[in-house]
Amino acid sequence: MAEAQNIPVGSNTTGSIAVAAESTVATRMSAEPSFDVADFPVPHGREEEWRFTPLERLRGLHDGSAEASGSLKTEVSAPEGVTVETVGRDDPRIGRAGKPVDRVSAQAFNSFEKAAVVTVAKEAVLSEPIRVSLHGEGGVSYGHTVFEVGAFAEAVLVLDHTGDNVRAANVEYVLGDGAKLTVVSVQDWDDTAVHCSQHNALVGRDARFKSVVVTFGGDLVRLQPQVNYAGPGGEAELYGLYFTDNGQHQEHRLLVDHDSPNCRSNVAYKGALQGAEAHAVWIGDVLIRAAAEGTDTYELNRNLVLTDGARVDSVPNLEIETGEIVGAGHASATGRFDDEQLFYLMARGITEREARRLVVRGFFAELVQQIGLPDVEERLIAKIEAELEASV
Amino acid sequence: MATLEINDLHVSVDTENGPNEILRGVDLTVKQGETHAIMGPNGSGKSTLAYSLAGHPKYSVTGGSVRLDGEDVLEMTPDERARAGVFLAMQYPVEVPGVSVSNFLRTAATAIRGEAPKLRTWVKEVKEAMERLKIDPAFAERNVNEGFSGGEKKRHEILQLELLKPRIAVLDETDSGLDVDALRVVSEGVNRVREGGQVGTMLITHYTRILRYIQPDHVHVFAQGRIAESGGPELADKLEEEGYESYVKGGAAA
Repeated sequence: MAEAQNIPVGSNTTGSIAVAAESTVATRMSAEPSFDVADFPVPHGREEEWRFTPLERLRGLHDGSAEASGSLKTEVSAPEGVTVETVGRDDPRIGRAGKPVDRVSAQAFNSFEKAAVVTVAKEAVLSEPIRVSLHGEGGVSYGHTVFEVGAFAEAVLVLDHTGDNVRAANVEYVLGDGAKLTVVSVQDWDDTAVHCSQHNALVGRDARFKSVVVTFGGDLVRLQPQVNYAGPGGEAELYGLYFTDNGQHQEHRLLVDHDSPNCRSNVAYKGALQGAEAHAVWIGDVLIRAAAEGTDTYELNRNLVLTDGARVDSVPNLEIETGEIVGAGHASATGRFDDEQLFYLMARGITEREARRLVVRGFFAELVQQIGLPDVEERLIAKIEAELEASV
Repeated sequence: MATLEINDLHVSVDTENGPNEILRGVDLTVKQGETHAIMGPNGSGKSTLAYSLAGHPKYSVTGGSVRLDGEDVLEMTPDERARAGVFLAMQYPVEVPGVSVSNFLRTAATAIRGEAPKLRTWVKEVKEAMERLKIDPAFAERNVNEGFSGGEKKRHEILQLELLKPRIAVLDETDSGLDVDALRVVSEGVNRVREGGQVGTMLITHYTRILRYIQPDHVHVFAQGRIAESGGPELADKLEEEGYESYVKGGAAA
């Protein structure tokens, strides 16, 4: 599609590969990861991790002023082999996959009252996906959820966010050795919602984690998928697609921390933007630590700007502390809608509206196919078409 | 009977130094069933003529007219022109990632025919057309022009020509970059469409080679943005022997 040479005004694509860099992911964060909100100063907006985010639209999630007042209706449907529990803050299964990396995540960790723990028994191969629907009914809520997939178990999880809420949450995915988990997280919020969530995946030895993040809605959505490996041989595939409309801020900040040998990661996020006040942010941090020999990693971000004025900030960042790796790379490109593609299709009798639809569907097709759940795929395609209808 | 009438067509492109006039008064009439070879040196404006007829937004028409059976083609958007029966086989077909050939062909056929072709007959129609052009059936599931070789792209263009059955076909250097085998396959495809007698063909080419496979009724030499000379097939023989030199020099002196 549109490649890097075709960068519209108002977009920003930068990238870096640092080898034993002075400025690392750790040092450019304003505080160390911590469970305690007091360890994070209230952000002022110039910090590396906050510089793209409009703090005034966080509705107080970042400064302690957002009191949990709202409600979020949660429904879980799970097949046999799955246990769903509601537990207190002191449950020992909480907090194993990683610590909050910023003030809002720490606020969520300090503010939730009850956590949900969903467990897939070891060696269970689920016949149906686990479906969790979260429907916001206004106000502020904080949440914490742990999904644990036992050794050699296989599960698919669909998280569906709808309605209106100001929401901060942490979600943990703990994969046992040889386990397989596919997570599809759909952010289909009302246009007024605010959603900040940190997703921590701890990938066991030889386990496979696949995440597909789909963001359409919200006034402000800021997701932070994080991957750590508990042993060698693990694999993480992180896919994302977003459709950022006029007035929306959608931010995806990924960190894959390779600290075990012979693990793989593959990141591919694609977004389409339309409307002058649309803003998408993609940060892709990959660390390959000295112990992570045999690592194979690639990350990609592509953005398709459908109308003038939309803004994209895309920052891939790769830090490598060992040369003994299989491969490491990144790519980022932001382009306008390609007029040559449009002309080619129209020269075959296809109307402009239909041609745009074909091209945008095509842009997202490879990621939609990754979902592997026909009902979710159909809903997304319908959603993409509805977004395009609004733009033409 | 479909007739394309080009009268005193002037076309410019915008450059950093302002508009640059490329076509300087083209006159040409192409009737259904006829084949016109448009030949000329590089930079003479042949491709600009092709793209202008299809309505590429890069080119601005500054004067003259193009009519198809009396209808003003220049007033139409590119898709309207295609639906009116004008087809451009492109010199450099565009990649469309994520859109499969089969989806593209069916969408185009639906647009051109005004209704979706019946699935069962359509599958057969495409399969047979692909076989005739020696296109691997696996192509149907590949993305449009993505990773196609030069020859594959041209065969894919002619496949569309066969399926969309236009009234006026403009073939822009369809022969360039093809080896002899591919040239023969592509030419046979064009000839099958021509034999139907329903299409007027404008065969734009730099070389006389393709004219051994596709016999033109008329040959036009294009130079400095207009037709410098017109004749029958014998004009191509003259060009084969003498090249374009006299036209280029003559134009420069004029």
